[in-house]
Amino acid sequence: LVCETLFGRAGGSRSRRLSRSPSRFWGQGTAARVLTGSIAGTGEGAPSSSRVFVVRSDQDIYIQTLRKLFNETHGIFMGLQRSEEELAGKSRKAQLVQVSKNYRSVIRACMEDMHQAAVSTRDPALQGQYSTQVSILSAMELIWNLCEILFVEAAAAGPLLLRLLDWVRLHVCDVDSMVREVLSSESPSKHKLFWNVVDIFVLQGRMDEARHLLSKEASANPTSMNMYKILDDLMKKMPVPSLGNTQTLTELELKWQHWHEECQRYLQDGTFASNPHMESICKILLGDEDAILEKKELMTTWYHFLVTRLLYSHPAVKPLELRFYAQSSMDLFLGGESSPEPLDMILMAAFEFEIHQVIKECSIVLSNWWFVAHLTDLLDHCKLLQSHNLYFGSNMREFLLLEYASGLFSHHSLWQLGVDYFDHCPEYGRVYLELHIERIPLSTEQKALKVLRICEQRQMHEQVRSICKIMAMKALRNNRLGSALSWSIRAKDAAFATLISDRFLKDYCERGCFSDLDLIDNLGPSMLLSDRLTFLGKYREFHRLYGEKRFPEAARLLLTLMTAHIAPCSFWMKLLMDALPLLEQKEVVFSAEQTYELMRCLEDLTAGNPDQQKFQADDKTTKVEMLRLALARNLARVIVKEGTVEGS
Amino acid sequence: LSKPFLSKCGVVSVQDNRVSIWSAGDLGNAGLSGEYHGEPHLLCDIQHNGDVMDMQFLDQERIVVASSTGTVTIFRHHQNNQTLSANHRWEKAHYHHVDQDTSCGGAACTGVVCNNPEIVTVGEDGRINLFRADQKDAVRTIDNADSSTLHAVTFLRTTEILTVNSIGQLKIWDLRQQRNEPSQIFSLAGDRVPLHCVDRHPNQQHIVATGGQDGMLSIWDIRQGTMPVSLLNAHEAEMWEVHFHPSDPDHLFTCSEDGSLWHWDTSTSVSEKPSFLHQGGRSTAYLSHSTINQSVVSAWLSNDPTKDRMEITNLIPNQTLSVNSLDVLGPCLVYGTDAEAIYVNRQLFA
Repeated sequence: LVCETLFGRAGGSRSRRLSRSPSRFWGQGTAARVLTGSIAGTGEGAPSSSRVFVVRSDQDIYIQTLRKLFNETHGIFMGLQRSEEELAGKSRKAQLVQVSKNYRSVIRACMEDMHQAAVSTRDPALQGQYSTQVSILSAMELIWNLCEILFVEAAAAGPLLLRLLDWVRLHVCDVDSMVREVLSSESPSKHKLFWNVVDIFVLQGRMDEARHLLSKEASANPTSMNMYKILDDLMKKMPVPSLGNTQTLTELELKWQHWHEECQRYLQDGTFASNPHMESICKILLGDEDAILEKKELMTTWYHFLVTRLLYSHPAVKPLELRFYAQSSMDLFLGGESSPEPLDMILMAAFEFEIHQVIKECSIVLSNWWFVAHLTDLLDHCKLLQSHNLYFGSNMREFLLLEYASGLFSHHSLWQLGVDYFDHCPEYGRVYLELHIERIPLSTEQKALKVLRICEQRQMHEQVRSICKIMAMKALRNNRLGSALSWSIRAKDAAFATLISDRFLKDYCERGCFSDLDLIDNLGPSMLLSDRLTFLGKYREFHRLYGEKRFPEAARLLLTLMTAHIAPCSFWMKLLMDALPLLEQKEVVFSAEQTYELMRCLEDLTAGNPDQQKFQADDKTTKVEMLRLALARNLARVIVKEGTVEGS
Repeated sequence: LSKPFLSKCGVVSVQDNRVSIWSAGDLGNAGLSGEYHGEPHLLCDIQHNGDVMDMQFLDQERIVVASSTGTVTIFRHHQNNQTLSANHRWEKAHYHHVDQDTSCGGAACTGVVCNNPEIVTVGEDGRINLFRADQKDAVRTIDNADSSTLHAVTFLRTTEILTVNSIGQLKIWDLRQQRNEPSQIFSLAGDRVPLHCVDRHPNQQHIVATGGQDGMLSIWDIRQGTMPVSLLNAHEAEMWEVHFHPSDPDHLFTCSEDGSLWHWDTSTSVSEKPSFLHQGGRSTAYLSHSTINQSVVSAWLSNDPTKDRMEITNLIPNQTLSVNSLDVLGPCLVYGTDAEAIYVNRQLFA
């Protein structure tokens, strides 16, 4: 974490900057890491100045090329989870190795992009940041590659050395530029770096290339032709482990012993005495540690030294023997001058086959959880991790995936990847998802729809309801009643639908007409979501029927609205008043039965609260009187009408 | 969210709130063997404020972009020096206005359609705007055109537009008329499932396709009735975009939140057609469809499922995240997913 002081009161400039100093390779804290133990005080006696620390959250997830890393490895991760478990034995292992290689190729691609960005940018701060990222990514790939060799592929003695050689050739020290320089010069053997290149080829076991260069020296220097021929022959004959099953380990060891003795003889005979370069090469071939150590500058790292040592002294090294050689190599190489760095410790832990240690060290030093989460998941698929119980009982793989996915959720679009990771955490994934998904900011409806779809697919009904409510409230506040309704339909939220209908009805009462007719006229079956909504729809229909002068139907509808008790009490008076013009029509609209019903409704309404009537404005009593009169008149007419029909 | 679409010059995409133009090789002629013309490379890009909700080309050089902040921007692509610049901007084209006291908050602009020089936009505020390029203010605004969110808009004729909204209605608006009411409203029977996208048949203007939140594809004949002619159960989640192929409208493409992209092919249903044309693959072959048998009723409207077969293929082998957007031109199809990747398929009819 890097914190800065915001301000300080009296107490001067004794601000102590607190930082966990990042070592050369590694970056800064993750997003939303809680600040622990970070109080800076002043010296004794002085009044303590209050300081506010601004914790800057890490910006890793916002770097463009790292996003590519996250997106592509998400695809690989999903593929791995879904892959066939039935494949057993060799084919499964091959499959897992392929997955590992895919991960690594994505890391390399990102390294390339990051490198391009670093080269092309003009801002020095940005360039520094990109370069740091490149070195971090390269270290990650180094570690991953080693883990692939030792854990995923679990190379056995024999092929193990070859893989380690490849690893060293790929990652450690950049030979190519030196080689190009030497080869492109007019007389390569006179170039000052010539012997460096030959040495490094030998150190990396690249015999053919070394011999090719030596031949140039031999042709330029005929006097050493004899020495050259012998050395060339030795290098040609060197036994190396084979990948196929063409030779057993015992055969290899026998051959190698033979060859080693031959080299020894030549050296002791003084064959190379006149040419110190060739002599040192011969010593290297014999695995002489001091001779190899002399080339420290060329090898640059202790693990290169380790592999060279193994190549020339124990080519048939077994995996479990690596730890001893690794430890001694590191000690010899560093020689007490410098102490091992975090990267060194991680590689050492890998050579010692301490998988948990590797993961732990990486977690501490790296700035986000991407690396450890994916590596651990892969190793778990290789069935290499026993359930390492953490204090809350979840296993390590799940813990790391949860942390990684939680980090993704703070990003405005990478959160979708996080969902899939949570899905594959059997114990706590669902709970984490439920908590995180409700906190995604819903800036547009499209985003809300995506979140909802995710919740619905996982039967997270609580979250569906809550999100729909949030969106509906937002819409309501912005006066988008149609949107609000559409959200409540999605959540099947009857209570909210009632709220919206009340709003519409309130609008109607205030303005005397309906707003948003396109919505109310076209409610369709969603009308049935809530009683109030049904009432709204039917009420509007009543108005329409009235407008179209279809009075009998309108009357019947109105009556149903009242008798079916879906109208809110506050509306009853209004409905009755709506009946008034129908009662006053020239044509008799309401039948006797209907009129009786209306009268009953009126009585129910007025009988309900006799006290209230005293406080009501006069117009209410006027209304009631008008209604009574109209009803009575209608009743009179309808009785006469119904009575007369039979006659004549 | 990446929203790509095609033009003759290349692919325009959006990633991380930057509008970018890529050259995707020679898109016009795929060549007989449909060779891969090299990796698309980035020509230029520019920062954009807010999420890009929709984009369209106004003409060869100008792109109109609709933002989640409610702003509509025109970008100009300078081909000589390969740069993008913001040409014109209508701030607060879409907003929520609650009352006099509270300030207006921006509302996302969800759809834009162009017919040079006219630009029509719709948004979450239920508003329709008609702009003219290079005119500072909106030519016409229909406030509260819809009480729900308008999800997409397209031109029906030069003076009429189609909109779809979140209560499952398809509306026709006549821009010549001054009243702020739609001239026609269509809706689905049954539940009012929100409609997210709309496209019109390129040649036969009465055929309209819409996609809904339940993944259903509806084909409408707007000359008759207020209900769709056919409902096709398509995707398992929201259908985000539907497009008729511009030069070969017997082909329809839909993409969805469920991660699939479907190619609907009705070209097999016209029985008189000789069989070799159905295979496509040669760059000239599929273009001649439209000249044959113009009087034949479009396969989209025919109701007989036994007689007319429709071939439906999913173009994505391993689907994971949502496909948000697609575009198609000639033999080329481009689509963007939520994994922030854009895919180009150059051999659509091979």
